[in-house]
Amino acid sequence: METQKITEIADVVVRFSGDSGDGMQLVGTLFSDAAAVGGNGISTFPDFPSEIRAPQGTVAGVSGFQVHLGAAKMTTPGDTCDTLVAMNPAALRANTRGLRPDSTIILDDDAFTPKEFRKAGLVSDDPIAELGLEGYNIVAPKITSLTREALEGLGLDVKSATKCKNMFALGLCFYLYNKPLEHTFEYIERKFAKKNPAIAEANVRALKAGFNYGANTHSFANTYNIKPAALPEGTYRMINGNQATAWGFIAASEKSGRPLFCGSYPITPATVILEELAKRRDLGVVTVQAEDEIAGICTSIGASFAGSLAVTTTSGPGLSLKSEAMGLAVMTELPLVVVDVQRGGPSTGLPTKTEQSDLLQALYGRNGEAPMVVIAASTPSDCFHYAFWAAKIALERMTPVLLLTDGFIANGSEPWCIPSMADYPAIKPPIIRELQGSQYFCYDRDPEAGARTWAIPGTPGLEHRIGGLEKDKRIGCVSHDPTNHHTMTELRAAKIARVASFIPTQEITTGDPEGDLLVVGWGGTRGHLQGAVEKLRAEGKRVSHCHFNWINPLPHGVEQIFSRFRQIVVCELNMGQFAGYLRMNFPQFAYLQYNKVQGLPFTIDELAAHFNSLI
Amino acid sequence: MSHNCIYSAADFKSDQEVKWCPGCGDHAVLGSLTAALARISSEDCVPREKFTVVSGIGCSSRFPYYVRSYGFHGIHGRAAAIATGVKTANPDLSVWVATGDGDSLAIGGNHFIHAVRRNVDMTMMLFNNEIYGLTKGQYSPTTKLGKVTKTSPFGTIEKPFKPGELAIGAGGTFFARSVDAEVALTTEMLVAGARHKGMAVVEALVNCVIFNDKTHATYAGDKATRAENTILLKHGEPMIFGANRDKGLVLDGEQLRGVRLGDDGVAESDILVHDAHTANPTIHFLLAGMSWPDYPVALGIIRQVEAPAYDAEVHRQVEEQQATAKISNVDDLLGSGATWKV
Repeated sequence: METQKITEIADVVVRFSGDSGDGMQLVGTLFSDAAAVGGNGISTFPDFPSEIRAPQGTVAGVSGFQVHLGAAKMTTPGDTCDTLVAMNPAALRANTRGLRPDSTIILDDDAFTPKEFRKAGLVSDDPIAELGLEGYNIVAPKITSLTREALEGLGLDVKSATKCKNMFALGLCFYLYNKPLEHTFEYIERKFAKKNPAIAEANVRALKAGFNYGANTHSFANTYNIKPAALPEGTYRMINGNQATAWGFIAASEKSGRPLFCGSYPITPATVILEELAKRRDLGVVTVQAEDEIAGICTSIGASFAGSLAVTTTSGPGLSLKSEAMGLAVMTELPLVVVDVQRGGPSTGLPTKTEQSDLLQALYGRNGEAPMVVIAASTPSDCFHYAFWAAKIALERMTPVLLLTDGFIANGSEPWCIPSMADYPAIKPPIIRELQGSQYFCYDRDPEAGARTWAIPGTPGLEHRIGGLEKDKRIGCVSHDPTNHHTMTELRAAKIARVASFIPTQEITTGDPEGDLLVVGWGGTRGHLQGAVEKLRAEGKRVSHCHFNWINPLPHGVEQIFSRFRQIVVCELNMGQFAGYLRMNFPQFAYLQYNKVQGLPFTIDELAAHFNSLI
Repeated sequence: MSHNCIYSAADFKSDQEVKWCPGCGDHAVLGSLTAALARISSEDCVPREKFTVVSGIGCSSRFPYYVRSYGFHGIHGRAAAIATGVKTANPDLSVWVATGDGDSLAIGGNHFIHAVRRNVDMTMMLFNNEIYGLTKGQYSPTTKLGKVTKTSPFGTIEKPFKPGELAIGAGGTFFARSVDAEVALTTEMLVAGARHKGMAVVEALVNCVIFNDKTHATYAGDKATRAENTILLKHGEPMIFGANRDKGLVLDGEQLRGVRLGDDGVAESDILVHDAHTANPTIHFLLAGMSWPDYPVALGIIRQVEAPAYDAEVHRQVEEQQATAKISNVDDLLGSGATWKV
């Protein structure tokens, strides 16, 4: 066998795409994991419909998983793909927009039949011509029949054997990108070996068959190698944003000594946080799958009153339902973290697609003057960091905190250098453990932080009553006194404002502290904005990037940064909510906007083109 | 018994001025509760700081302010959910819920049935005055059919809920009923409810003197009426009632039927014996649904069966998992699964 040429490349984007039941999320994850274990930088983007099994073969039922792997840290899953795996015509049709002229397309030839063309809404029997894909590098093995052949003799029924075709496709991609199969063998062993040895063997055989097909048939002119990234030393793992969020709370629970409680109701794309926490009874985590969103937050408020680190997790429509109860947490000044994994809205909107359009709801979506700390995470792994800090602030400042993530970073995954808990700060909630003086005043507060004390039921001598009615500023009894209400409103606002002195000063994320254009963003758009700014800077443009994670209160130092740029453009996946918020807070600056609401992340190319047009 | 646990009812009265209307039935229930708390604390050695009273919104939901214990005045309808959080977070607390027919059967209906279904170990005092009092006189989910109120000027056209039917239908393990004026009976029901391992719903028929005066009067207005038109159920005893104890209930096919002892040869041995402890809810459902004038209104413990309590089950799982856990701290967790070194 002659050896094929191996070409070294810096990075590559691979997209696995097929029917919702084809196992594309699994093979995408296994491909990413294998590359990550081999040292590549990774950023992933699972992209799937909200239907679990939309009609087979239709574009509506296409499920995709995109992974960007490279010889450096990858900050985005890539704008377009270099290799597309399309298990059926619908998958091909759904992904033509994300291709480049030199892309490789791997098809399952068995699925390219007139019957499947019609299901995919194609009018002709020549999808390549119809979709304008002539000239692409198309590799079309009969994946289904080759998989079945490879599994002959295992005694599997046709359906079970056919199910392994995703492993064939994965094996082929491993061959193309010179990745070892061992990681996937280990996964198969863990997953199936005990329960169903025949299925385990079938998956191993299909994987090898795919790999060998690539080696034996010379379908590819080249294969590719991507060197390991020069990452900081440490132990790494893959992590997605929802898992990182859940683990950040568990870390805060350990550091504070407060048991973790999560009352929550399943909602896409936040559900995985509840699922991750539900697994962790071993670490004492209590989860209540509530009867609705309102009960989710209300059980958490009850648990907070009872002394837990209480969190509740949701997505946009669920946040709407939690509004009244968030006000109750503001009024009772109890620690609580509300996570909103943003998705396309309004109403049910685009449940599986990403957006940043809940910002103003997070800031203001409550009756009355009800300020809360609002924090936004910006990458899958930094969800851990911001979940930890959201909990720390909630516990130490006795306030509800809203943590914003989004569908993109929640589902996306990346390698994460595992931190040591020894490097994380202590969390010291203002728990009062015994009566000082003759009477307990539950709204006495720390003059510096503005936090009231936390007397936990079960503590002798500190019995007290709190609730949603306005409280006397000291004693905590119900008060309808006009000036007391005004004072309490100011105290609640000041408590939140003072958090600004507790969080890091705002800094430039990428680039020089002055220039022609400052790109401003917040939350989950960080990687794309950074990528676009780096691209322009490489061309010599005087562009910098300033990314916000701390939304309310805004950090110190913002005006100093903004004042040193000729133009400021605020980029967000909504119609300009953060831009409006900045106009209100810093009206002395002019803000340009770049907005997108397509349920998709930005692309680096579209951002770079827009920034270029501004300079 | 620890000295710390000896309390009187007065020890559970807070320093707050009670602001219910004069003549409101809630005053009497407050008296019953403080007496019940004193009994439980003294007899079962539960110190005062373990009691937590949670409420929603409505007249009865002001309850926590008047009880000297930990208290949480929530938002409309959510008392059961908040209390579920309190109890599940700390099963060591004695958790009480004060709620009304609007709070728990209208806006909070969902939380009510699910707290009952989960069997969270807490005691709910369900104040049923068949009206919205705090918003000044609109009909509630328990208002009698045809009642003229501010929002039903031509009479209600909605069939009311019977709280007991709802609780038993939701798989409830404890349901009892009392009347505001029967302070000792209410106390007894609350004590029994608190000792029940699971969710206890104690419905108190209370009078709203301003907006729905005498709604319960025809069967519970005074002692004589109550003797004739209600039946106090006791486990293991025949269902006999009336001032002269001359009336009873028999099972006639699938229905209960009121009979007079001696008529048509009905003897005491024909009368149904109350079995509050049977798992089969059929008779309990019929008893909870009885309404005057067709039937006497049932008081006392209608259903009391054993089942695992939710909060205890959660912590049982925690203990089981921790006993065999490979992961015992966050560093273990972060390093679990597939990792690699750079």
